[in-house]
Amino acid sequence: MPSEVTASSGSTEDLVADHVLEFPGGYTRTTGPVIGRFLTELRDGRIVGVRTADGRTLVPPLEYDPQTGEAVTGEFTEVGPAGTVESWSWVNEPRAAHPLDRPFAWALIRLDGADTSLVHAVDAGDARAMRPGLRVRPRWKTSRSGHITDIESFVPEVTKIVSPVRMEYRVRPGRALARFLEGVARGVFLGCRCGSCHKVYVPYRLSCPQCGVAISEEVELPDTGTITTFAINNLPDPRAPQVPFVSAYILLDGSDIPMIALVGDVPAHEVRQGMRVRAVWVPEEERTASMSNIKWFAPTGEPDAEL
Amino acid sequence: MGNRCAVIGVGQTHYTTKRRDVSIAGLVREAAVRALEDAGLTWKDIDAVVVGKAPDLFEGVMMPEAYLADALGAAGKPMMRVHTAGSVGGSTALVGASLIQGGVHDRVLVVAFEKQSESNATWALSTHLPFNASLVVGAGGYFAPHIREYMRRSGAPDHIGTLVAVKDRQNALKNPYAHLKIPGISREMVESTPMLWEPIRYLETCPSSDGACAMVLSSERAVTGTPAWVLGTAMRSEPIFRAGRDTVNPQGGKDCAADVYRQAGIADPRRDIDVAEVYVPFSWYEPMWLENLGFAAEGEGWKLTESGATALDGDIPWNASGGVLSSNPIGASGLIRFAEAALQVRGMAGEHQVDGARRALGHAYGGGAQFFAMWMVGSDKP
Repeated sequence: MPSEVTASSGSTEDLVADHVLEFPGGYTRTTGPVIGRFLTELRDGRIVGVRTADGRTLVPPLEYDPQTGEAVTGEFTEVGPAGTVESWSWVNEPRAAHPLDRPFAWALIRLDGADTSLVHAVDAGDARAMRPGLRVRPRWKTSRSGHITDIESFVPEVTKIVSPVRMEYRVRPGRALARFLEGVARGVFLGCRCGSCHKVYVPYRLSCPQCGVAISEEVELPDTGTITTFAINNLPDPRAPQVPFVSAYILLDGSDIPMIALVGDVPAHEVRQGMRVRAVWVPEEERTASMSNIKWFAPTGEPDAEL
Repeated sequence: MGNRCAVIGVGQTHYTTKRRDVSIAGLVREAAVRALEDAGLTWKDIDAVVVGKAPDLFEGVMMPEAYLADALGAAGKPMMRVHTAGSVGGSTALVGASLIQGGVHDRVLVVAFEKQSESNATWALSTHLPFNASLVVGAGGYFAPHIREYMRRSGAPDHIGTLVAVKDRQNALKNPYAHLKIPGISREMVESTPMLWEPIRYLETCPSSDGACAMVLSSERAVTGTPAWVLGTAMRSEPIFRAGRDTVNPQGGKDCAADVYRQAGIADPRRDIDVAEVYVPFSWYEPMWLENLGFAAEGEGWKLTESGATALDGDIPWNASGGVLSSNPIGASGLIRFAEAALQVRGMAGEHQVDGARRALGHAYGGGAQFFAMWMVGSDKP
């Protein structure tokens, strides 16, 4: 191959040349019967090993047993195609001559039925997927020529599938919730009083969970109340402005059942059981028929209530 | 209470973070096979199968009982599924027992499971329906306020929760099936972990586990091996949204305990019960349930914990197995409590055996502390 010489300013100190050393068409290699059998089987999509005189199976086959120096027997046995990764080295930046154009592992793979291990590429996607004991199988090229690269690479066995679950449906709020949301849309909490036990429930509902009777008396409740108890959450929530945030049970004045809501405008560790709070509503123009109208509850500054 | 019923086989998987090697069917099968082996029986000896499972949306497998029929040898047999949230494992045992007590069947296989590594529990419990504005706080965020209220009412010192967290993990070291094994677990270790949902620290919560538990229940005439006799069974529930509901000391739990004690002839639970396996997913629930279940007067449960009475060498060991704090495959957690109670009175609890245990309580709760399931089992035929 001709060399390209780059020279500048006539100085020999800066002379640089790219050079390729390559025998045109490549060298030939006579395989001999053992390696030849292995490669022939590869071309047919099978992997074989050869038996040694003492009964071990060498994969890939060798012509002479490295442990005894004896010639191997003429007995070939099919192994794999699955195998187990014994160890590996991760290749982050594959080179042009590598079997894959994306990060992969060079691995020592002990094919099922073999007593030695084979070096090949494992297309695992991510180094974290590699571990000793990982089960892999060959991914064959469709056009094979009798070469170790007839196996494009090994790939992990299927151990997990993704099963999408999705339901689409329309939700109508129902009579009770629709009535409650009408109130929320105009900045009011609507509750109701059971005619049997006289307890006041919020949100508005049509029957008493204790007595089982229908409820008809509507009660408009103020947007102030008392924190009965709370948690300081250190795990993030999409609706909370920050971590930590406080989720609290708030007993609205005049109601008999607390509601769970976010507490804001106060450092988490200053929140107290008994603290008086008021709902902070989003601006009127942003309101919809949804509980997201209430940003959170914030302290009123009144003295704490007795619990 | 009907006909006599006994536990004659118990099978558990090892509880662990991820069981990558088995499907859900393989997981339940493993527990079921071990229960059959324990009973010295085969699939053909089983008349009916009852499966317990927390919400379908956790693993996204709808009606898992249909899918699991083959794995549990239930083809051609009655098979049913139970669901009562976190208490489901307990309810599953009770439904199975009722089929024996009612004289319907002679041998019933009960199984419960969860594969939390492939379960999206917090997502499934916070699906953000339109019009609402729910917070994503998980079970810990839900129960933390009730614990805070318990601390306020009882005046319990802050370290009580830590004591339970240490005690149950020490017990877990003696249980080959337990998930969390923390050698050298100490108060300092627990107290050095961050608050997740204050007042609950990281090491005061249960882990997420993969696992399954199974039992073979039998009528008196079909007993094989060493039986644990069922002395009483009870379930109760209450509406989660009810004015005046006491979320710290729920009425449903008190009523359920009173019912099961009456059936089993328990006058004083602390004196008459030898060991209890109680659903304690957050450490503070031990003192809370000590009061709810009548082992201590109201406001006094924490003193029992502090005195060491509930430790393995105390006078009333609670969660000798390490409890839910050490292993939590949600759907199975209740059944494990019931199964561990049975192992204790059969004298088969191994290293965490309470010497001479003759009467044991199994307990489970679920939902917003609104579903309760309990049984008493004993070594002596009732």
